[in-house]
Amino acid sequence: MSEVGDKIHPISVTINGETYERTVEARQLLVHFIRDALGLKGTHIGCDTGNCGACSIIFNGKLVKCCMLLAVQADGAEIETVEGLASDGALDPVQEAFHEHHGLQCGYCTPGLLMGATYLLRDNPKPSEGEIRRAVRGNICRCTGYVNVVRSVRAAAGEDVAEFPATGAEGGSP
Amino acid sequence: MSRAPAAETAAPPVEKGERLGKASGKSVRRTEDGRLLKGQGEFTDDIWMHRQGFAHFVRSPHAHAKILSVDTSRAMSLDGVYTVLTGAEAKEMCEVPFFQIAPPPAGQMEEWPLAVDKVRYHGDAVAVVLAETRDIARDAAELVDLEYEPLPSVVDTVKAADDDAPILHEEVGNNVAWHGVFDYGDIDWALDNADHVVRIDRLHFHRFSSTPLECNAAVVNWDPGTGVVQIESNNQMPMFASMVIGPTLGVGSNKLQFRSQDIGGAFGIKIGSYPQIAALALLSRKAGRPAKWTEYRSEHMLSAGHGNERTFLDVEVPVLSDGTILGFKVRAFDDAGAYLHYEPLGAVIWSQVTPGCYKFKHVSVDYTETLTNKCPTVPNRGYSRLQHLWMIERIVDVVATELGLDPVETRKKNFVQPDDYPYETPNGCVYDSGDLPASLDLALELIDVERWRAKQKELGTGSGKRIGIGIGSTIDSGTNNFGQAQIINPELPFSGNGEAAYAKLDLYGEVNVDLGTTPQGQSHETTAAQVVADVLGVDHSAVNVTAGFDQRHNTYVGFSGTYASQFAVTGLGAALGAAEMLRKEIVTLAAIALESSEEEIELEGGECYVRDERERAIPFIGIANMVYSNNTVIPPDLRERIGLNCRYVYTPLFEAPDKERKTGNLTLTYATQIHAAVVEIDEDTGRLEILDYAAADDCGRVINPQIVQGQVHGATALGLGASLYEAFEYDADGQLLQSSFYDYHALTALDMPMMKYGDIESPSPFTPTGAKGMGEGGGAPLSTICSAIQDALSDSDSVVADTHNPWWRIHELLSSGAANVPRGVQTEART
Repeated sequence: MSEVGDKIHPISVTINGETYERTVEARQLLVHFIRDALGLKGTHIGCDTGNCGACSIIFNGKLVKCCMLLAVQADGAEIETVEGLASDGALDPVQEAFHEHHGLQCGYCTPGLLMGATYLLRDNPKPSEGEIRRAVRGNICRCTGYVNVVRSVRAAAGEDVAEFPATGAEGGSP
Repeated sequence: MSRAPAAETAAPPVEKGERLGKASGKSVRRTEDGRLLKGQGEFTDDIWMHRQGFAHFVRSPHAHAKILSVDTSRAMSLDGVYTVLTGAEAKEMCEVPFFQIAPPPAGQMEEWPLAVDKVRYHGDAVAVVLAETRDIARDAAELVDLEYEPLPSVVDTVKAADDDAPILHEEVGNNVAWHGVFDYGDIDWALDNADHVVRIDRLHFHRFSSTPLECNAAVVNWDPGTGVVQIESNNQMPMFASMVIGPTLGVGSNKLQFRSQDIGGAFGIKIGSYPQIAALALLSRKAGRPAKWTEYRSEHMLSAGHGNERTFLDVEVPVLSDGTILGFKVRAFDDAGAYLHYEPLGAVIWSQVTPGCYKFKHVSVDYTETLTNKCPTVPNRGYSRLQHLWMIERIVDVVATELGLDPVETRKKNFVQPDDYPYETPNGCVYDSGDLPASLDLALELIDVERWRAKQKELGTGSGKRIGIGIGSTIDSGTNNFGQAQIINPELPFSGNGEAAYAKLDLYGEVNVDLGTTPQGQSHETTAAQVVADVLGVDHSAVNVTAGFDQRHNTYVGFSGTYASQFAVTGLGAALGAAEMLRKEIVTLAAIALESSEEEIELEGGECYVRDERERAIPFIGIANMVYSNNTVIPPDLRERIGLNCRYVYTPLFEAPDKERKTGNLTLTYATQIHAAVVEIDEDTGRLEILDYAAADDCGRVINPQIVQGQVHGATALGLGASLYEAFEYDADGQLLQSSFYDYHALTALDMPMMKYGDIESPSPFTPTGAKGMGEGGGAPLSTICSAIQDALSDSDSVVADTHNPWWRIHELLSSGAANVPRGVQTEART
């Protein structure tokens, strides 16, 4: 086990526009590399099995869960994490919408959800409620029941989100 | 100076909530969000200490086994391993076993930070490794060689109490953690004199957990020089943890330094991390380095603590012909798992809501809590009350079904009525306020029940679909009277409750508040700032509330922490009290500076001014300056009693309960949540879809509506997840069958409806702000979904008797009615 683990590889990774050159153990997970080696602690770990999405990042333009990748697989990659969303300290529109609509409570799943929402809205600027739910189905949140998460993403897409759910008595569940 | 007031010695009386209303009551944006949205929160795994090692626990693969030998030599020889601590070594380093709440014989249980001689559940920790990296620690844990001799195990809650069941703790002598009878009114008279008696053989409340997304974590450093044990963790009840582990480690509470900032959800589960924290302290002491541990999800599932499983047997319900339910009689068996972590407090906590929302007068509960070879249970959102409330809601629905009554009218007839408040329950709890009939109407209106009833009729048979409409009526009791612990164990020196806060005016006139709480998403920084802002006449954004708990710097009492739906009462009560004390000092100083009387001083926008003379003013920086760096302007007799740093301890006016009769007011507030749902069930597959869902919440005065709504959403989601998907199950050998989010399906965005929320506001007459604790929600979705399934089965004989209703169980229910399976319900008419 440790013979494999001890094998060291050099990698070069660009995260939020900054390039990092480091050596990593072959078995090191990308999420541990991002958090422990680079100190970018906004990317969280909630499950270790690719279910919860707290570690979601944008990797070469695709949304990925970085507990499912090895750090060596990120050699040459362009990565975006939650730390890259705000500019000059100001919240970006997705963050602002989560703030306005109470889309977070404990904040642990939030970085992953923000990356998921950002990725969705790039591809689909006007998603339906069902599309939002499908897009974030891989992000587990234990605090909000997703009610205000969905509202926040709709608001980030420029929709007018009423105080109470706009969905009627029928079709509440997509 | 001549108009300086006479010196007062007593603490000023706090004017309860009179100044609230400007910032409080509004959905102001959350202070916490700024850092959390930018990935700048500080969760426990984000904290590193110099020279730290990474810890990994070695856990038992057996449910019950003797430990024959532990050989750490292979693990120790791995490069990068600092040390390995075994159970036997840990015991040697400890002064006494963990403190037990239970009276003897269960109270004789010896629990140590790691298992010694025997393991008692699949996941029991037997050793812990400290190494240079996370991965080396994990590798080394696999190299710890253990020899076990497996023993027979018991996983059934009821059978565990049998005389011939395998015994978990020999020093206890049996597996009964606690037994007692709660007998109120005269249930035998009621059963003799009822027009109908409805009997239900068995109801089962299953095991699940809110599984906070952040697992347990701690970084612990035992400083050899000072003897201080520094504990960075996400434990949510640090003062309870201190109380338990301090004597075991032989460390005074003045040298146990718990601290936390952001906690990634807890829901009660993170009360239970103290054994691991104690083991990490010993590991750090042995290694001479800080020990950092972040639980893996599979480890969390296995050993972090589950919610209580409860089996109700032989339920008997006396009913009058007009639908009045007189009460009930039941035998309850609660499953504590292998060790008592915070248990057996659950054996009394349920009795906070003995008659639920109803005016039942005659209640008899024969309650047994047993030890089983399963993960220890710990409080889980709605702790111990949701099991009991679910049973009561099943009783009401089964009675309505059996006697052909309308479930809505049956509830309304038996509810505590708006005119009854304050209402004293048969066991002496005082329901403070509420309007249950209006709440039920609101919930039903939100789902448009009339339209769905019509649709239900329209659908008829042959469509392959059924519609069910369900109701769950629950009470979220908050702010415990810890005197109820004496009902469990008369020797315990616990009673009352409280929380502490500091309010301070700092050097440049900044307002700062420190709390004794450990928020995990409940927005304490925001709501405390709202309340303090109103008292001091500043904008809420001008009040800095220190993030998190800090045993070194914040103030606290023995009850400090965040649990049991109490912040809105205890935490805000403390913040309000401290702010009022600070206001009084500010006013005294302002009167001196402005040469006016105290009565004329007003506070606004961070300034003090003389009423009707707005320009005769002094800003807070000027007030602060008088104390911090210019104190000759203050009369000498005032200097020593005005420091602009005020500590207030809020304490509710509780009395100790009657231990013999098991009566007393067990909590201060009783918020209500009534839920209503419309579900559609596919007859071929048993698949259930939620078509509409609403919650009517009444938590008294609302400090921040958006935050309250968020809590209701969250509690609903956890209840729905538990109803339809989530369960921890053990096989007959005590192996846990769920080890990750693959097999423990936590509710996703696709499973959760866009629920509706309605609000009724019945202020509590007993709390400083009129607010009630409300975070737990009473587990209403569990009752609501069962009620809706029962409604959909109205043409069959099936009875919903389990909280966990995944598609396959619903399918069974659809088939069992036809297959003439015993229903487990009998109705006896007395005419």
